[in-house]
Amino acid sequence: MNLEPILPELTLAITTIVVILLDLFIQKKVWLTVISLAGIAVATGFAVTLWGENPQTIFNNLLVIDNFAVFFKILLLVIVALVLLASRDYVSKLRRFQGEYHALVLLAAIGMMLMAAGTDLISIFVSLELSAIAFYALVGFLKDDRSTEASLKFILLGGIASAVLLFGMALTFGFTGKTQLAEIAQVIQQMSPEVLLASSGLILGLVLMIAGFGFKIAAAPFQMWVPDVYEGAPTPVTLYLSVGSKIAGFAVILRVFFSAFGSPESLSQDWGLVFAVLSAIGMTLGNIIAIHQANIKRMLAYSSIAHSGYIMIGLAAVGLTPIGDFTGQSFILFYVIAFALADLAAFIAVIVISNKLNSDLIKDYAGIGKRAPVLAAVLTLSLISLIGLPPTAGFLAKFYIFTGAAGSGLLWLVIVAVINSVISVYYYLRVVKVMWLGEPMFEGKIPSSNATKFSLAICCSGILLLGIVPVVIMQIVETAASSLSF
Amino acid sequence: MDFNYLTLIIFLPVAGAIVISLVPGLSSKLIRYIASLFTFIPLAISIFLFIAFDRSTSVAGTIQFEELSPWISAINANYHLGVDGLSLPLVLLTTLIGFLVVLISWKINTRVREYFAWLLLLETSILGVFCSLDLLLFFIFWEIEVIPMYFLISIWGAGRKEYSAIKYVVYTLFGSALMLAGILSLYFTTGSLSIIDMTHSGSAMVQSLMPAAPIFFMLLAGFAIKLPVFPLHTWLPDAHTDAPTAGSVVLAGTLIKMGGYGMIRVCVGIFPQVAQDYAQLLLALAVINIVYGAAVTLRQTDLKRLIAYSSISHMGFVLLGIFALGELSMVGAGLQMFSHGIVTGLLFAVTGLVMHNTGERNIGKLGGLAKQIPFIAVIFTIGGLASMGVPGTSGFIAEVTVFIGAFSSNIVDGVNVYTIISMLGILLAAAYILWLLRGVFFNHPLEKFNGTADADRLEKTYCAIFVAAILVIGMYPMILTDVIRTGITPIANLLGG
Repeated sequence: MNLEPILPELTLAITTIVVILLDLFIQKKVWLTVISLAGIAVATGFAVTLWGENPQTIFNNLLVIDNFAVFFKILLLVIVALVLLASRDYVSKLRRFQGEYHALVLLAAIGMMLMAAGTDLISIFVSLELSAIAFYALVGFLKDDRSTEASLKFILLGGIASAVLLFGMALTFGFTGKTQLAEIAQVIQQMSPEVLLASSGLILGLVLMIAGFGFKIAAAPFQMWVPDVYEGAPTPVTLYLSVGSKIAGFAVILRVFFSAFGSPESLSQDWGLVFAVLSAIGMTLGNIIAIHQANIKRMLAYSSIAHSGYIMIGLAAVGLTPIGDFTGQSFILFYVIAFALADLAAFIAVIVISNKLNSDLIKDYAGIGKRAPVLAAVLTLSLISLIGLPPTAGFLAKFYIFTGAAGSGLLWLVIVAVINSVISVYYYLRVVKVMWLGEPMFEGKIPSSNATKFSLAICCSGILLLGIVPVVIMQIVETAASSLSF
Repeated sequence: MDFNYLTLIIFLPVAGAIVISLVPGLSSKLIRYIASLFTFIPLAISIFLFIAFDRSTSVAGTIQFEELSPWISAINANYHLGVDGLSLPLVLLTTLIGFLVVLISWKINTRVREYFAWLLLLETSILGVFCSLDLLLFFIFWEIEVIPMYFLISIWGAGRKEYSAIKYVVYTLFGSALMLAGILSLYFTTGSLSIIDMTHSGSAMVQSLMPAAPIFFMLLAGFAIKLPVFPLHTWLPDAHTDAPTAGSVVLAGTLIKMGGYGMIRVCVGIFPQVAQDYAQLLLALAVINIVYGAAVTLRQTDLKRLIAYSSISHMGFVLLGIFALGELSMVGAGLQMFSHGIVTGLLFAVTGLVMHNTGERNIGKLGGLAKQIPFIAVIFTIGGLASMGVPGTSGFIAEVTVFIGAFSSNIVDGVNVYTIISMLGILLAAAYILWLLRGVFFNHPLEKFNGTADADRLEKTYCAIFVAAILVIGMYPMILTDVIRTGITPIANLLGG
């Protein structure tokens, strides 16, 4: 059997085992991070060699290795690496279970990478559960009241979401008799559009799948778990959830809906409109509730719900665009990168700051601009990118998404989104204001390790690079998007 | 024209900002010198461009010093810079004010490093707006300006500074949100982001745009908030009053000109037909701006707030000139923008001096300062006379050009009625300026202000530069009108006037 296409995942799996075993013997736990990072680096190397190859399916068509999958694999690997770097300051406080922490983070990564490559409802569900279960454990890692409560909520709601998703998949299977995306697409395309739209079983299956995946990407109204879980979880895990899990979710949604249900147009327009409505609700809800948050992690949680809404504008545009045009997909991928960079930078800065302050309240951030100007500048830059002001990546990402939507006749949604962006200015700038205008309430500098400095530098240069010369990334993103088959 | 002058002008200030914020261990004094160097070179280059600019009517409307390179090919966006007769004077104005505000800010002592970095970034973004010929690029520069201004007002301002700063940001972003929607719609109906292509492809293409009027108003909203146009003006008095002196000078001097510039360049230039259809509405708003703005100004007791409100009235003249849609009236609008930039810039600068040296900003509590600080009094009087449009100053020639141009414009029906009502604005301006001058300088001298410091040498220098500019344009307006006319003629031709 040819194992080459899944070498990145295999490497991570081996690294996971090595980390768990080594944890028993070594005293200096910093080596666990080093080994994990080395494993990630090797896996990234393997993934890069797969880039640009012709698509190939493996394991009886359960997985596909195309540019789209490889793109997400590399992106997720980079994110995992940054998460582990950012965790250094944090996990050193966890006396025990450092090995398990690293292993679970890597396991979740394997699950998410397989999600991006899944072409069969079964493999998609299994890999989704693999990452979800790792996340349940990670959220509860602090073992204090809040963390445990968050974990329990996450397990209960996540379990329900999985059940709903599975039910949707089962209905789709019952209707088409297939689990492979390509075969489902064939069955659907052979039917006449009238019969198709009249078959309530399939439509219900689609709706349930949207609900199940919607949970994963924190789309309103399936977002109930987000604020509590984000607040209770260890901050690096929050970061991981908010960026990694969401990106993998969007990868799956794009592939499933585009490959299996992308045609005929009458069907794709239906789910396109569903995403448009979800997106409008998500943006508005996320942004308005975020205004009232006093805790920065909760604020970022609601902001992340709003950003899911913005990305869903792209999904809606994809549904409403005639097949053969891949610009909509590439805009989504660009947005995903831009969001990941800004959110990573924001959360890493929050990790460093709350390490010193032992608080996540926004009012305690007063005067950070005086005590740690560089850190405050980084957080400001990432918030500006989240608002979507030039010259940051966030601006061009929004511009692209809005362009795509306006081109598919969704001008109303663009106007909703644009007004939402203005609303969001208020709560993002509030943090900026507190940092730069408030009087410091603590003494001394805010220490940060070289690992965090390095990861912050990567994120910030990425934010500016994508905002000023997007061409570099655009080409990659277009290649990845155009390999999505239907 | 191989050399990229405009890129140099635009990005030198931000290069200075980067130097100031990244090089460690700079003393405050050195930072000020770096800032003045990085604003003086753009000024020198733009003076050079102003001299080198081809003023002959045969090349009217052509873009000069053009730079074009592909930027984001996926959406057909280019890095496209260039100036014509409309934008060149504003570039000159921005670099002039950009240099002078560094001098005006010489005495800033809190957080010097950040202050000058923001000030320089602000200049880059305003210059970018005036030089961009690509709508996306234009919009990006338009948006960048918000963040520096927010910090300048909220950190170095006075009074309700945080409230004013966030109010400014929300108003601006609300306008630019609508503008973005307008730009996207324009892009989808024409497939282009080039301002020049859209203007030159003439009325045929614009007629073919089915929903031209909504797009026009979405774009106009952004410009109208910035100019500002009644009833979207309420951010202006707060922001101007609470900003630090240099912030007010930049706001009044150059920033709000972005609104007038955008209206001519984008709204009238791309939608001449729609502009003509709705000219009555906008002229009515212009009259309200002028008369209501002046009337409210009369009631102000705070020195700085009074000047701020007078801007609303003066910007009404710009609006009147633009939407009278005659060639001469639009030239007048361009001239009025330049003139208001230096006149109000000067007034805010000397207001800052009065407030700084006396510690008092309430007109009722000042009085007779002419005896104690004669130099400031003289300069303030010249600025005030220019603001009320006394012959010999730039204010006179600008307003007269607007009035004659608007009165004789035959594009819009009934424009002469609007013009006549607007002249009331001049009368009211004379009233509030003279009342202000009497209250602050020519009343009985108060003892508590004995020994108040007059302007020092640096302050005298920048005041003299402002006054020189006002008088030169007042005496020899051709120096500007020649240039502005080459930019306006092609736009006026679109209207068949």
